[in-house]
Amino acid sequence: MSDTVKGDWPLYEVFVRGKRGLNHVHVGSLHAADDRMALTHARDLYTRRNEGVSIWVVRSEHIAASTRDEKDPFFAPSADKVYRHPTFYDIPDDVPHI
Amino acid sequence: MTTSDSASSTSSAAGPAGPRPEGPDEQDLEQHFDATIARDQRIEPRDWMPDGYRRTLIRQIAQHAHSEIIGMQPEGEWIMKAPSLRRKAILFAKVQDEAGHGLYLYSAAETLGADRADLTQRLIEGRQKYSSIFNYPTLSFADVGVIGWFVDGAAICNQVPLCRSSYGPYARAMVRICKEESFHQRQGYELLMTMMRGTDAQREMVQDAVDRWWWPSLMMFGPPDDASPNSAQSMAWKIKRHSNDELRQRFVDMTVPQAEKLGVTLPDPELRWNAERGHHDFGTPDWSELQRVISGDGPCNAQRMERRRTAHEEGAWVREAASAYAAKQAKQSERARKGAAA
Repeated sequence: MSDTVKGDWPLYEVFVRGKRGLNHVHVGSLHAADDRMALTHARDLYTRRNEGVSIWVVRSEHIAASTRDEKDPFFAPSADKVYRHPTFYDIPDDVPHI
Repeated sequence: MTTSDSASSTSSAAGPAGPRPEGPDEQDLEQHFDATIARDQRIEPRDWMPDGYRRTLIRQIAQHAHSEIIGMQPEGEWIMKAPSLRRKAILFAKVQDEAGHGLYLYSAAETLGADRADLTQRLIEGRQKYSSIFNYPTLSFADVGVIGWFVDGAAICNQVPLCRSSYGPYARAMVRICKEESFHQRQGYELLMTMMRGTDAQREMVQDAVDRWWWPSLMMFGPPDDASPNSAQSMAWKIKRHSNDELRQRFVDMTVPQAEKLGVTLPDPELRWNAERGHHDFGTPDWSELQRVISGDGPCNAQRMERRRTAHEEGAWVREAASAYAAKQAKQSERARKGAAA
């Protein structure tokens, strides 16, 4: 890699709130020199047609992520607790509103 | 939020899901990958994937991104020459979209570990290709309409199935792009309808543009299936969903009635409806021309590359200034923080 490659703007991840009442959702990434530029670029790149009412940008290197999916024991604790789901419990059909 | 697409391409601890050392579980990983594809589920950035799958995707996505970026040029030439403010505003928005499409795609390529600056460099040095179609000149304003109708129409045929491509970030970028392509195609067709309602000279301009762009548009789908060696593997990996010839046929079938409605003639004497097949028969594009244009000998290859190179070089000081400004601001706010803490 040359110096110009190293001097490239850092990578940011972009999250957009589509409309009030919804969560921010990851939509992609972009390069920018700083946070403010990242927000402006995100607006120009990801919301040209009213796709959002709010944007978050965060440097990609600041994101901590779970490991890869294959044979990953990370999510195993949630797989063996069927009693966390409402369908685990047998309730007679004639009990209303439950 | 649990994981981030392109976070995997940074040099942080969450580093690229690169090839693991060959080990006893390499086979298991491959089986897991194959099973995910077989179940029609998406492969995501941090999943294990075969090197060939990664390489193929980076090449295809980069080539696609480069096409969008170079694709700004043929139409961009007409922004200053557009015949009305309405057409100028529309064309401006369209060319801006093409830039956006390029950036969505570069972003997808980066989730595979590709480096943005490196991709740009590869384009500028001619080490990666872009679509042959953008090496043809835009000689009249009717070309702007025909590009929207044919070129963006062909792009839609190609890209709609890619919305179900097996690689998640690529498929998601394509969904975004396809939504916008529809505007591109419709503005082109509307432009042509307007010209066809005009003078004889305007109608001649439209027909002339149709004559020049038809065959290059058919070539956009790539060589015929029996001469497209990588297609089978791409289809097995579900990167591609349909063969070049299938998509080309779809484009012809879609375009013929639109041409009739518009009142232009598609320049192919062999073009006719085949009731038995339920499709249009059509002539064979000049594949040697496609070869020539791909290998750099098209009418505008040198000009397109030169323009891209110049834009990159002339923008260098802006990129550097922004970096310098960001560094200065960061230093100042660091100092302010320290001052407040003291």
